[in-house]
Amino acid sequence: MGFTPERAEIRFGCGLSPTIAAPASARVMLDRLADPDHAATRFPIPALTQTLPSFVALRQARRDRKQAKTKADQKRLRKAYRKLVRANRAEAAGWLGHTFLRRALTGDGLRERVTAFWADHFTARGKSGFWATAYGPYVEEAIRPHVTGSFAQLLRAAATSPLMLHYLDQTASIGPNSSRGLKSKGKRGINENLAREMLELHTLGVDGPYTQGDVRELAELLTGLSFSLGSGFTFLPGQAEPGPETVLGITYGGDKARLDDVFRALDDLARHPATATHLARKLAVHFTGDNPEPDLMAEIAARYRDTDGDLMALYDVLLNHPAAWQDGLGNVKQPIDFMGSTFRALDLDPRHMPVGEPSKIRDLILVPMALMGQPYGQAPAPDGWPEADADWITPQRLAARLQWAISVPFRLRRTLPEPAVFLTHALGSTAPEPVRFAARAAETRAEAIGIILASPAFQRF
Amino acid sequence: MTLSRRHFLTRSAALGCSLAASPLITPVTLAAAPGDNRLVVIILRGGMDGLDLLRPVGDPEFATLRPDAGTSLDLSGFHAGHPGLKPLMPLWARGELGFVQAVSTPYRDKRSHFDGQDLLEAGTGQDSLGQTRDGWLNRMLGLIPGASRQTAYAVGRSDMLLARGDAPFANWAPDAALTLSPQARLLLERVMHDDPLFRDATLEAIDLSQTDLRAAPGDITGGNMLNAMAQSVQAARKGDLPDTIARFAAERLRDDTRIAAFSLNGWDTHRNQHRGFANALSRLTETIQTLHDSLGPVWARTTVVAVTEFGRTARLNGSGGTDHGTGGAMVLAGGAVRGGQVLGNWPGLAEADLYARRDLAPTRDLRAHLGWLGHALFGLDRQALETHVFPGVELGPNPGLTL
Repeated sequence: MGFTPERAEIRFGCGLSPTIAAPASARVMLDRLADPDHAATRFPIPALTQTLPSFVALRQARRDRKQAKTKADQKRLRKAYRKLVRANRAEAAGWLGHTFLRRALTGDGLRERVTAFWADHFTARGKSGFWATAYGPYVEEAIRPHVTGSFAQLLRAAATSPLMLHYLDQTASIGPNSSRGLKSKGKRGINENLAREMLELHTLGVDGPYTQGDVRELAELLTGLSFSLGSGFTFLPGQAEPGPETVLGITYGGDKARLDDVFRALDDLARHPATATHLARKLAVHFTGDNPEPDLMAEIAARYRDTDGDLMALYDVLLNHPAAWQDGLGNVKQPIDFMGSTFRALDLDPRHMPVGEPSKIRDLILVPMALMGQPYGQAPAPDGWPEADADWITPQRLAARLQWAISVPFRLRRTLPEPAVFLTHALGSTAPEPVRFAARAAETRAEAIGIILASPAFQRF
Repeated sequence: MTLSRRHFLTRSAALGCSLAASPLITPVTLAAAPGDNRLVVIILRGGMDGLDLLRPVGDPEFATLRPDAGTSLDLSGFHAGHPGLKPLMPLWARGELGFVQAVSTPYRDKRSHFDGQDLLEAGTGQDSLGQTRDGWLNRMLGLIPGASRQTAYAVGRSDMLLARGDAPFANWAPDAALTLSPQARLLLERVMHDDPLFRDATLEAIDLSQTDLRAAPGDITGGNMLNAMAQSVQAARKGDLPDTIARFAAERLRDDTRIAAFSLNGWDTHRNQHRGFANALSRLTETIQTLHDSLGPVWARTTVVAVTEFGRTARLNGSGGTDHGTGGAMVLAGGAVRGGQVLGNWPGLAEADLYARRDLAPTRDLRAHLGWLGHALFGLDRQALETHVFPGVELGPNPGLTL
């Protein structure tokens, strides 16, 4: 069938909307992506560096609570701490509401999709306490502004983000011969976590040409990357391993540890041909299907090498390749895509989204996402969410999608559209006959809407 | 349960679903029940540090490699247990808890969690990494005579390669629920019919939600959907708690189920291991205790086996944790195991004895142990295990894991 606006909006955007026109061509999609980020302006989420200082108060309150001397003190301090935690969570619930409002109301759906893709590629997760709310601001700062630049810039932003440094234990990795390492008398040293995932997941891929020795050397080179809650990313020469390190045959740095040497290594990893192959495969799998066409992957990889990893050039290849527009089953939507496209088809208005009511966001969005297998910002491991359709459509996860599709639209909108009309809003001109039949034959409006949303036609891209 | 199952089959037939294509429509042949033994497989995700669980204090190198191990529980003189094992010590004393040391899958060198777990669950050799689309437990289930669709359960919200494949492995979570009006169910089956992935999952979800012991059968109206969602939300807010998972698995195992599988996460202890490891271990001990308490008389016929994708570095790293390694340990529990002992050969911890001079060297492929469990519990033929369930593995001498 090739390009149609409907297919473009479903497959590469956030789904059809009854009020926002689908893009007329691939060119239009790319142009909008190159334009300023209107959705982020309309529904703001703060950058991580802006929110980190608020963690200082939380951390202090947590310490105070533990050091309470009397019973009364304990009660008071616990209350004070809980109040801060609640406020922090309430704010984060609002950010999640904005994340979905962007999807519901954007004219630039491709941006939401590539942002989610790269955020997943650079999965980072808060491991404890107040860090749990850092994911949205992490994506806003380290990923979203860079999805139209070069991969090298994106890699640098992700690898120096406080959330990544926290998640993959980089702040605990100390050069054994740095001044801090020497002071610890052998107690502190290297932690390989970030270095390994950077090679295996972020750049070369697990089949890439690296060895355990490269992991070790890169880990030594990355020492010194750190941050403070007050001011964000910093480089601490006092804990960076001195002397040169050799990664994939290239030697970085000399006597004195310098941040520039780290950046040079990141740039070289970004430029590596194995990185091109790895990223081409991931993009093709995510946007076209579990078994992508080899030709599509080869073209993306070639363009990556030709342009030194210009991300816009990669999207250009993807959107202009016939494999992107093939008929047949598309990928299964992940829960975030499924819910986002539901809100969009429902023509959700900002006043329908309970951004100021954290308990509603929790019950109607956050917990259902977890039941569907995708707790927001909490991917179980650094390789992010699974891509295979079969990972998402298990009985227990599908049951959660079904339940949500039947019950939550009404909870949010209070009035539901006429099912026959909604059918066209959600599926456009291509609704299969059984879905049309179900839209007519269901006993209640909620069930009709739920069955349309639960249909494979809607749950696939 | 029998009633609702028949009801469901009739309904599907009336709709004209292609029954032959559905994995659910495996005939239940009561005459050929697959024996009374139970197997629970727990995947410990993240790389469980066998050297912290099962501390080889009798090895002269151990104290140097792990200077801050703290207090331990005496097990065998040579081995000491992590203090977190304390709640399970009565089981150890009764011979219902045991370990196998220095085991691993054939996975080597790249030390990736994800490839490591794939290989652990696929049960194949490193040469077929990434090419196997079904799990060894599913292939094992396929060999068990008289297996029905209630015989095996994967429990929890995560999907497991281990359970994937042609044999009918049920997937369900304790907090999952699906309540549909009869009309909605009919329409749904129709809408899903042409997409096998969605159709099969829908049929199974409808079926399993009916056999869920806690769900009340009877009339369900569309309005109840809201309540059902709210209940799921309530349950899910507590998270995938180990005791919830274990209790659900035990309920099934007391009934027709013979195999249950689930995952416990949180073993990737790169930093401050003394805290992180203790947390992960408490979830494992709670799980085993809950299984013990909830299985009742069935515990005597039960074997619980916990395996992980790899062990960790022999030496502590520079942040009080351990990085990805190779050889690890396997945990066995249950009334059917020959516990109270640590099985397996010890490779030694001197630098020259370590794998790549950094990891505990594996002395046996853990698939051999798993294969012997299949033999002991389900009477599976050795040759079938070596060619079909774990292709290419030599089972070798029987380690005698069970009574």
